[in-house]
Amino acid sequence: MADSTPLLKVRNLRVAYPIRSSVLMRHIGDNVAVSDVSFDLHQGETVGLVGESGSGKSTIARTIIGLVKASDGSIEFEGKDIARASWRQLKSIRREMQMVFQDPYASLNPRLTVRDIIAEAWRVHPGVVPRGAWTSEAKALMDRVGLNPDYSDRYPHQFSGGQRQRIGIARALALRPKLIVCDEAVSALDVSVQAQVLNLLEDLQADLDLSYLFISHDLSVIEHLCDRVLVLNRGVVVEQGTVDQLFDNPQDDYTKRLLAAVPVVRPWLEPT
Amino acid sequence: MTEPATARVDSLEGDPPLLRVEGLEVEFSTSAGVLRALDGVSFEVRAGETLAILGESGSGKSVTAQAVMALLPQPAGSIVGGRIWYGGRDIAAEPVKQVRKLCATEIAMIFQDPLSSLNPVFRVGDQVAEPFRRRRGMDKRQALGKALELLKRVGIPNAETRIRDYPHQFSGGQRQRIMIAMAIALKPRLLIADEPTTALDVTVQAQIMDLLADLQAETGMGLILISHDLGVVADVAQRAAIMYAGRVVETGSIREIYDHPAHPYPKGLLESIPSEGARGQRLTPISGSPPNLLAVPSGCPFHPRCEFAIDVCRTDVPMLRRPEGWEAGHEAACHRSEEVL
Repeated sequence: MADSTPLLKVRNLRVAYPIRSSVLMRHIGDNVAVSDVSFDLHQGETVGLVGESGSGKSTIARTIIGLVKASDGSIEFEGKDIARASWRQLKSIRREMQMVFQDPYASLNPRLTVRDIIAEAWRVHPGVVPRGAWTSEAKALMDRVGLNPDYSDRYPHQFSGGQRQRIGIARALALRPKLIVCDEAVSALDVSVQAQVLNLLEDLQADLDLSYLFISHDLSVIEHLCDRVLVLNRGVVVEQGTVDQLFDNPQDDYTKRLLAAVPVVRPWLEPT
Repeated sequence: MTEPATARVDSLEGDPPLLRVEGLEVEFSTSAGVLRALDGVSFEVRAGETLAILGESGSGKSVTAQAVMALLPQPAGSIVGGRIWYGGRDIAAEPVKQVRKLCATEIAMIFQDPLSSLNPVFRVGDQVAEPFRRRRGMDKRQALGKALELLKRVGIPNAETRIRDYPHQFSGGQRQRIMIAMAIALKPRLLIADEPTTALDVTVQAQIMDLLADLQAETGMGLILISHDLGVVADVAQRAAIMYAGRVVETGSIREIYDHPAHPYPKGLLESIPSEGARGQRLTPISGSPPNLLAVPSGCPFHPRCEFAIDVCRTDVPMLRRPEGWEAGHEAACHRSEEVL
C-alpha cells in the first residue's frame, strides 16, 4: 500500500481566518487555525484526526471537503489539486468525497423523506443513478446501512439518533464515494448504538474499499477504528503514526497527557 | 408498583442515608399521551459517598435529578408515586416552593452546559456572590470576598481580576469551575452533578472530576454523578445505579457491577465500549435501540434487545434482587441474573 499513490495527499496545509477591523472591515491580521499539516491517506485506509476543541481538526476536514479555502499548501485528491481546481472540476471531485456529520438531528432536512434525502445527491450529480431507479436504489442503500427499506417514506423525526446517523451514512454512500470524512460521526450517540455504527463503518469499508478520514475527540474510538492517527494541538500536528506506535509508545508530551486523561472503565485493573 | 422485597443489607449499618428515593414514579403528559419517565426508581446516598447514576439518553437519569430538586418541567411533569426522603421529610409530598427553598441551601446541582446556566449579562463575581447576599444576608463587599475565595478554591487563575469578567470570557472548563463554585457556595450536604464533564475536552474533564472529588473529601457532602459515560465515573464513585427505560436495572458497588454485571444491559454496555485490550477486534453492540417511553415493551423493558430473554421476561416485570451467592448490596432487575453472571 505504501508505494501506491495516495488517494488524498495533504501538504503543508495552512488555514487562516482573517481578522477584520470592526469599522472598515480591513484585513488586520490572521487567526491561524491550522498550520503546516501534511499527511497521506491511501485507498481502504482509515486515518484519524484527534485533538481537543480548537485544535483544528474540523477545519482540516472542512478544507478537504471544500467548505473552507486553504490559505497555503496543497490538497491533492487522486493527483488533482483541490485548491486550484475549477468549479466544474471541484464538482466531480466532490462526488468522490462525502461527509458524515456529528449531529444526526441538525444534518438531515426535516422536510424531506429518507428517500428524498438520499436521492438529493443524485439530483445534484445526474448520471450516477437514473431517475427511474431512485426509489429502489435508495431502498437498497437503506437496507445496506441496516434500516428497514419499508420506511423510505418516513421523515427524519420518526427515527432515533442512531437510525438518523445511518441515514446520514446512506446519504454519504449514495454517490459511491472513495473517501468519507466523518466529523465526530459517532460522538452524539449512546455507547450501545455507537458500537453498532462503528461496526457498520467497518463493514462498509471492507465491502466497498472505502477510505475514512475520521475525526474525533474520543481516543478510544480512534484507537478502535483507525490505522494511522494524527494528533493535533492548536492547529499543529504534534505527532503522527500508526495506532500501535501512538497508543503504545507516544513520544510527544501533549499526546502523553491526552492519553493519560482518557477515563479508564476499570481503574482498579490498571497497574499503579 | 410493589417494592423490591429484599432488605437493603448495606443500608442497615452506619448513619441513615442523606437522601433515600423509594419507588419514585414520574409521568409526563405529552401531545402523544402520558409517558412514564420514571417507574419505581429507588436508591440512596450517604454523606461522603458518591453514587453514579448511569444510563443512556431517555433512561430517566436526568429526570431523577429534576424530581429530587423539584425542577420537573411544569406543568407537563409530575411525581405520581414514591417518596424522596431527605432529613426525615418526604420532599416528594411537599410543595415545590418549599423544596426549592431547601435545595437552595442544602442540595445543589450543576449542569452539563455551563454557558447556558450562567447569566451572560452579569459579572461572574456577582453571580457567585449572589447566594451569600440572598441566603446569608451579606453585604456586597462581604459576599464578593466570599466569591473570590470560592473562585480561588475551584482553581480560577488570577481570580482577583477575573472576578470582574463576564461568562463568555472564560473557557468551557473554567465556566464549569464557576458553576461548581456557585453550587458549593452555601456548603450543601448533597451535590447533584448532571453530566458535569460531557461538554468538556478530555484533559479538562479529568481536572473537573478531580476537583469534585477533592471538594467532596473536604466537605463530606454526598455526591450524585449522573453520566452516560461508564469510564468517567469509575474513578470517583463508590456505588452505581444503572438505569434503563425509567427503571434502575442494576445497583451495587461500581467495581462489582463492572467486573460482574448481573443484568444483560450493563453487561452489554460494558462490552460496547471500545477498549485497549481489544484493538482491531469487532465490537459487540447491544442490538436494537432504547424503547420509546410511550410504548415500553411488556414485562422486562429490555427483553426485545436481550439475548437471555425467555418467556417470563416478556410477561413479568423483574424486581431488583440480589443474585444468589453474590455480594450484599449488589442487586439486578433480571429474571436470569444467575445465567448472565
